[in-house]
Amino acid sequence: MKTRYTYTFLTLSVVLVLCFFANVSLGSVGIPIEEVFQSILGTSTNESWQYIIRDYRLPKAFTAILVGSGLGISGLLMQTLFRNPLAGPFVLGISSGASLGVALVILGASIFGGAFSALLVSKWSIVIAASLGSFLVLLAVLLVSSKVRDTMAILIIGLMFGSITAAVVSVLSYFSSAEQLQQYIFWGFGSLGNLSWNELFIFFGIYLLGLILTSLSIKALNTLLLGENYAKSLGLNIKQSRLIIIIATSLLAGTITAFAGPIAFIGLAIPHMTRQLFHTSNHKILLPAVFLFGAIIMLICDSIAQLPTSDYTLPINAITSLIGAPVVVWLLVRKRKMIF
Amino acid sequence: MGFNRTEKEIVAEQKQHIILETQGLSIGYQSKKATSVIASDINIALYQGELVGLVGANGIGKSTLLRTLTNIQHPLDGSIALKKEPLENYSAMALAKTMSLVLTEQLMSKNLSVFELIALGRQPYTNWVGNLSENDITIINRSIDQTHLSDLKHRRCFELSDGQLQKVMIARALAQDTNLIILDEPTTHLDMYHKAYILKLLQRLAKDTNKTILFSSHEIDLAIQLCDSMIVMTNDQVISDTPCNLIERGIFETLFPEDLIDFDKSTGRFRVKK
Repeated sequence: MKTRYTYTFLTLSVVLVLCFFANVSLGSVGIPIEEVFQSILGTSTNESWQYIIRDYRLPKAFTAILVGSGLGISGLLMQTLFRNPLAGPFVLGISSGASLGVALVILGASIFGGAFSALLVSKWSIVIAASLGSFLVLLAVLLVSSKVRDTMAILIIGLMFGSITAAVVSVLSYFSSAEQLQQYIFWGFGSLGNLSWNELFIFFGIYLLGLILTSLSIKALNTLLLGENYAKSLGLNIKQSRLIIIIATSLLAGTITAFAGPIAFIGLAIPHMTRQLFHTSNHKILLPAVFLFGAIIMLICDSIAQLPTSDYTLPINAITSLIGAPVVVWLLVRKRKMIF
Repeated sequence: MGFNRTEKEIVAEQKQHIILETQGLSIGYQSKKATSVIASDINIALYQGELVGLVGANGIGKSTLLRTLTNIQHPLDGSIALKKEPLENYSAMALAKTMSLVLTEQLMSKNLSVFELIALGRQPYTNWVGNLSENDITIINRSIDQTHLSDLKHRRCFELSDGQLQKVMIARALAQDTNLIILDEPTTHLDMYHKAYILKLLQRLAKDTNKTILFSSHEIDLAIQLCDSMIVMTNDQVISDTPCNLIERGIFETLFPEDLIDFDKSTGRFRVKK
């Protein structure tokens, strides 16, 4: 069984490395490929190139890897937990919670008053607001879900919290100025290129914690493939496993949303693409595969969003959907069967 | 050595091999407002290596009894002992190593191979990431052989027919390596041949593996022919005995209302009234 997947994993790893270097090499400023390597190693003679590569493109590429793999994995976790192929990392209301936090900071700034608002709308305040928002909504979902036994009910509760926060956001937008609205909408576009190395390390730390919790859940996830009653009969502590899976998802999807905005589609699509490619539901194989695949797709999306050699950068959110959706449709039409 | 055994000794030896025993068991549902008793004073014993059929009309409480015996639901009264230990003392993991289930619910994911699905039966024994040891693989392959699934081993579950899938689920329960296997209506959705096939398979497995197998079913004729003992649920009582004794005692006549079908003692079958 191991050898069957070895070559696919090897190929994906090579593709990931290639995509990484392609992503770093491409951008609005054309930099020759050998200079790219020189810059990465810190031996380039051209200081501005070295600055672009080391302080902008490299952190952006790493962010892309973390965002793609993290969203893919949390999507996989949610699809298995909720037995629902349409579930994604944001079904628990994580992204709507983050949106609410950010909306309160950006749109609500006028309500809090002028001098205060300048202080509020900085990058860190947006990150903190997004984290706090998603954390609070998640806490509410967890509290309510500890009262219900049915996993499906949690899904619906998450959706309801999403609706409530969306309503609050629209009320806030109604009272906001065009400028504030624009700023909020820009946040909603998603962005990978805003992270400094320091921010990236914090991001990576939380991401790693989510990844460790996910690895601890592999056995539980596989047991859950049989359905909850079978899982229980196999000695699985459903409530505990459910909690660990939900916390892992919120750590991954929550930090990603905080640092990169609500990135659409990747979390839903990557697990499906991976299942089509690997023909398995075994999480021991799916998890590393989703990791590689998510990172690759995100790097490609980001490279396209940069519109190489031009000065424009498209919203990453638009690219992920534009590329991802047709790919899933194509895969399903070609295979004629949704493997889940 | 067994030639001069007294009756007492035989009874004592049989007691040794009781896997599951209930005493004064009362089942049903309890809410804050009211208690609805579905059946009470249930005294049954399941012995090692026995195939036991649980029969009764629709809505009589077969599922409730199975849910109670499998610790999904609490009894209203009385006690259940699994291998002489009260059922409520079992941890989830200890129970998983003593009792395995085949349920009526659909599998959530059919994108697993037959081998992978059966391997999930080893979950209570594997390490934190679920790696299979050589011993695990031996047991999985043995379950596959015992259920004649070797040819289908590498197929995906969505490619299987209902009958094949049921065999896979039985193999999964076998791989869990428990003293007791409980199946909830394992013959629904199957044609006549496969109904007989599955029950015959269960009979052989009980004999070969010396496991106790309890199943609920509406196939009363087949159960009478194949079971070592049967549990019959009627409106008034829950009776457990060998099929022959149950026929003689005229229990099956009380199973259903008398207006449409009646039980023919000589053939052991139900017949539609002319």
